[in-house]
Amino acid sequence: MNSPPSATSHEVQLQINGKPAKLQLEPWVTLLDALRDHLDLTGSKKGCDHGQCGACTVICDGERILSCLTLGVMKNGSEITTIEGIAVEGEMHPLQKAFIDHDAFQCGYCTPGQICSGVALIAEGHAQTREEVKELMSGNLCRCGANTNIIDAIMEVKAGRYE
Amino acid sequence: MNNFKYLKADTPAAAIAAVADNAASNFVAGGTNLIDLWKYDLTHPDRLVDINGLSELKTITELPDGGLRLGALVSNAATAHHAIVRERYPLLSRAILAGATAQIRNSATNGGNLLQRTRCYYFYDAASPCNKRNPGSGCPAIEGHNRLHAILGYSQKCIAVFPSDMCVALAALEAVVQVAGPDGSREISFSDFHRLPGDHPERDNTLQPNELITSIDLPPTGFAPHHSYLKLRDRNSYAFALVSVATGFELENKTIKRARIALGGVAHQPWRVSAAEDLLVGKAPTAQSFGQAAGIILANAKGFGHNDFKIELARRAIIRNGLMALNPSSQRPGAQPSL
Amino acid sequence: MIQSKEIGRARRRIEGELKVTGQAKYAGEYQVPDLLHGYVVNATITKGRITSIDETAARAVPGVMEILHHERRLALPRFDIMYSDMDAPPGSPFRPLYDAKITFSGQPVALVVADTFEAARYAAALLNFTYEEVDFDVDLRANLEKAHKPAKGLATFIKPLPPNPRGDFSAAYADAEVRFEGEFHHASQHHNPLELFASTTVYEGPGKLTIYDKTQGTNNSQIYIANLFGLRFKDVRVIAPFVGGSFGSGLRPQYQLVMSVMAALTLKRNVRVTMDRSQMFTFGHRPETVQQTRFGATSDGELTAINHTAISETSSFEEYNEVVVNWGNMLYPAKNALLDYKIVPLDLYTPMDMRAPGGSTGMMAIETTIDQLADQLKMDPLEFRLRNYAERDVSADKPFSSKELRECYRQGAERFGWSDRHQEPRTNRRGNRLVGHGMSTGIWDVIALPGNASAKFTKKGRLIVKSAVTDNGQGTNTVMTQIAADQLGLPLEAVTFKYGKSKHPLSPVQGGSYTTGVIGSAVKLACLAVKNKLFKLAQIMDGFPLGDALPEDVDFIGGEIVLKQDPSVRIPLKDVIAFNRGKAVKASKSNIPNVFKLKQYTRAAHSAAFVEVEVDEQLGVVNVTRAVTAVAAGAIMNPQTARSQILGGMIWGISMALREETLLDTKLGKYVNTDLGEYHIPVHADIHELDVIFVEEKDEIINEIGAKGIGEIGLVSMAPAIVNAVYNATGKLVKVFPIKLGDLI
Ligand SMILES: Cc1cc2nc3c(=O)[nH]c(=O)nc-3n(C[C@H](O)[C@H](O)[C@H](O)COP(=O)(O)OP(=O)(O)OC[C@H]3O[C@@H](n4cnc5c(N)ncnc54)[C@H](O)[C@@H]3O)c2cc1C
Ligand code: FES
Ligand code: FES
Repeated sequence: MNSPPSATSHEVQLQINGKPAKLQLEPWVTLLDALRDHLDLTGSKKGCDHGQCGACTVICDGERILSCLTLGVMKNGSEITTIEGIAVEGEMHPLQKAFIDHDAFQCGYCTPGQICSGVALIAEGHAQTREEVKELMSGNLCRCGANTNIIDAIMEVKAGRYE
Repeated sequence: MNNFKYLKADTPAAAIAAVADNAASNFVAGGTNLIDLWKYDLTHPDRLVDINGLSELKTITELPDGGLRLGALVSNAATAHHAIVRERYPLLSRAILAGATAQIRNSATNGGNLLQRTRCYYFYDAASPCNKRNPGSGCPAIEGHNRLHAILGYSQKCIAVFPSDMCVALAALEAVVQVAGPDGSREISFSDFHRLPGDHPERDNTLQPNELITSIDLPPTGFAPHHSYLKLRDRNSYAFALVSVATGFELENKTIKRARIALGGVAHQPWRVSAAEDLLVGKAPTAQSFGQAAGIILANAKGFGHNDFKIELARRAIIRNGLMALNPSSQRPGAQPSL
Repeated sequence: MIQSKEIGRARRRIEGELKVTGQAKYAGEYQVPDLLHGYVVNATITKGRITSIDETAARAVPGVMEILHHERRLALPRFDIMYSDMDAPPGSPFRPLYDAKITFSGQPVALVVADTFEAARYAAALLNFTYEEVDFDVDLRANLEKAHKPAKGLATFIKPLPPNPRGDFSAAYADAEVRFEGEFHHASQHHNPLELFASTTVYEGPGKLTIYDKTQGTNNSQIYIANLFGLRFKDVRVIAPFVGGSFGSGLRPQYQLVMSVMAALTLKRNVRVTMDRSQMFTFGHRPETVQQTRFGATSDGELTAINHTAISETSSFEEYNEVVVNWGNMLYPAKNALLDYKIVPLDLYTPMDMRAPGGSTGMMAIETTIDQLADQLKMDPLEFRLRNYAERDVSADKPFSSKELRECYRQGAERFGWSDRHQEPRTNRRGNRLVGHGMSTGIWDVIALPGNASAKFTKKGRLIVKSAVTDNGQGTNTVMTQIAADQLGLPLEAVTFKYGKSKHPLSPVQGGSYTTGVIGSAVKLACLAVKNKLFKLAQIMDGFPLGDALPEDVDFIGGEIVLKQDPSVRIPLKDVIAFNRGKAVKASKSNIPNVFKLKQYTRAAHSAAFVEVEVDEQLGVVNVTRAVTAVAAGAIMNPQTARSQILGGMIWGISMALREETLLDTKLGKYVNTDLGEYHIPVHADIHELDVIFVEEKDEIINEIGAKGIGEIGLVSMAPAIVNAVYNATGKLVKVFPIKLGDLI
């Protein structure tokens, strides 16, 4: 769904999952709502809309951020990877495979955020030990309690067991 | 969650002019606090002036005096992981990494962190009275749920605390805030930046409405050999401090030559008492010394029921953190207690 | 005989790839044409009435299409019965937008519908209500004397009230050589599934709707909506293939459903309504409860007297009840027991079953009391429990249908290393930290309900099984597929389980750990019926390849019927269908519990949790460093998804004991920490080593598949084990939960 231009709206160009997207957005549309409502990329989840759960995590210009706490207009020109773009040409990312193997989800609602966050965490390289991984993954809540399986999956991928 | 206009500024002067000509304009940096507040209907900007294009505010540079200039728009994460910050100001790095989450720290900026608002439940509920949000409406926290609230420096009008972690370290480091306004720039020492609620809890700090924070400057020394940040909270991560402590000291012949202790989560500003820091000079860094300092820092502390525990907890945290500072490598992710 | 190839085998979730790639669509994510968005407005007072509504500012927001409230709404029924749902407690169910009366803080009072989510949200903030406020009371502890026994109804049939007193408690307690008396308290808790409640209603034409709803029961939402709006059941299709957690919150239809449907019917348009997180605190919750225990024992450790009372909140309009106090005497055969459960109506919304309702509450008091007695007796708490092991449920005077709790104790203790525990509190240290070991028993009853499923074997050689049941993350999809596959000896890939649609065979709401047993049994019966039909067809196939073989003379393996005596005789099932002139073979079955047989037994799953905590002595920080839960829950369908369920339950236990509570401001009459920032559920950094053991247990009484269910049993034993471990570490018994930072300094 793309809104017509208005007095207040802005043209926003994004590179989403490797493809350019041009949107006409009102300033008050968050990046999360732009993805979900305007681009039908509903893989990014809304668990709180206030930065308190991590379900909306996307990778923006190489960094994981919360898409509910930023505006679409503020990200004009950015490159964004959502859960829909984590797999490359139909081949799942090692972390996605590891999530399935480790049963690292139940309802699946926190999962896209956990995976985007985990993929970025591995790329950041700041976390080595399990304790560090747990701390740096703590921005992603899981109400089903898949926590240990999630961390197991990340540790396995970090250890190179999915290459 | 009103509608607003959006403007992206490309120079500091343009940004300042843009907020100066419209009383309801706000800067937006990371947006992690402003957008949150806007969505709760607690702030109603008429226009957002996006300052993310101000590239001169996005760098970390060394200062001629040996200090370090942290651009206001550098993200909290980039600051915490910056090689010089880690090496010379690890206290700051650890405090930042104890705040919020990896995602939030990637968006949150240094300038924005100083200006984040309290997390008081009643402040956050547009339908509740709150003197900070709606002056004169009352403070339900005083007789309500006040676990998060102040034990020091509160007023009859407001017992909210300033929730930042980064700022606790900045207070201990005695940073200086550089700001620019329509009439030029000025600097504000960190201890003058955040204010106590007094009769005007609606004002969190001494920044003027149309002033832009340009940088936060660190002095040459940063307690790298002996520092620690300890954060005590309701879960091991992703929660605001109930009590946090930033401690740094310099040792000479096994006694303290200079010490700084700042507390978070206990007042409307990062809390420092210079008499306590002075007392430590010449003393050995022992539990007993830190205990004496704690006694001075907390001499006037008072609880409001749910937060009474903070007084004793803060005392013990000051002692523990002093000992943790002796052995910085013992510190754990998320500034959890160690030893 | 069925060859179990799939049942009991660790299998990855069938829908796993959809979930990890972001393709799984939840209720608020269906992109339907010309969708309108609704945003709910909630009352800002606790009790009183709406006196006026000013729509001016809200209507002026560009894009606003409609504003619905009690003065501007579709006709709604007048009688309570029309608002009742499958999980409604006795009373008068809440009626969204019905009249001007406000009975709880956050009551939904209006819906703003606009062409964008943002416009609806903005206008909702501008809608101006004036209220006349009256005095309210939300304070449970100030109103304990108003407690009364809950009204009897369907709810008390499924969740029975306490049994009659046994023996003479007072005399026995007076005679007891060791006694413990305690008062326990916990505040309300909210389910907070990570997915926000949402409904997307598609207007299919006059009186016809398709609704994507977040629910634990598609039929429940369907019947409720049909009743409310006078629609035909078959014209209301409710779909919920993916549900982002629920934990009981989806057991009743929530108000966003009513509102999205009302808006769709009013505007003849497609409408979505999604709650925000603070609205997730405006409906059911685990009730605040005050409990008292008085247990007595002889000096050689025989528990002789049990008195357990509980008082919980309910709303002013419904009598919610849960089973809090019945468990103690089921677990420990004291001869004298006095159990009492009461409720106090307050100006809050009606509580609602939340993961292990009642059981997790009651066990906190029972199991900490048990440990305190053991402590006084200087007896190992495990030994004390074994000393009082119930071979029979004395409270109901019935045998257990099966009970491998002793094995749970044994295997759990061994895996944990229980023998290293220090009996004396405060004697086990690691640096600045005190170490404590604690344990607890868990119990959860096996609920039997009717459920339905259909099965069809197709020309293409696929088995299609259907039920209206939902999978809210428990693994139902995978487990039902496994059960079905085994009945016909098919590989998993040849089976499709279709679920989460109201048009499929009727299912009860998903909850109480009974889904696997109830729907799994129906699935099994339907598949067996298909199998039987296939066999009968095969018997009369050209040339009579099976001769005079009887059903027990053949195996169904790998898509073929194989003669046991001569395995060279194999009839592909596809040939059977071809013989049937290409027509699929179908059957529908109801699993109707044999109430007469079931009534003769106490049916329950059991568990034993063993926990280690570290407590930073000076700072009072508690960490559950490791825990083992051993579970006896009958047949385990899929050890991998089952393990995840138990792990989830254990983490909920950590949360109950150490993290979550909803703070109620009794002066303002409302909850104040209504967000995920201040309502603390555990983060990754809170969760350390967790281990699960499934103890073998056979039960041929409970249901067709011998499965007891595992949704709650991991939780009930975990929280008390933590409290006991904290006592063992510190010598302090905390009786107000959760144990928070500051409680131990
Ligand atoms: C769930 C959650 C948990 C959090 N937990 C913690 C925590 O544990 N510890 C902690 O310290 N913080 C925590 N934070 C707060 C976070 O650190 C702040 O939101 C963040 O630092 C704000 O920076 P920002 O750039 O996003 O500010 P914005 O939201 O963009 O701005 C905040 C305010 O500052 C003004 N502003 C921004 N930059 C400038 C400037 N250069 N000059 C003048 N005015 C400016 C804006 O106008 C606005 O009023 C948490 C936040 C969330 C959402
Ligand atoms: S939806 Fe963004 S953090 Fe919860
Ligand atoms: S899998 Fe359900 S919230 Fe994490």
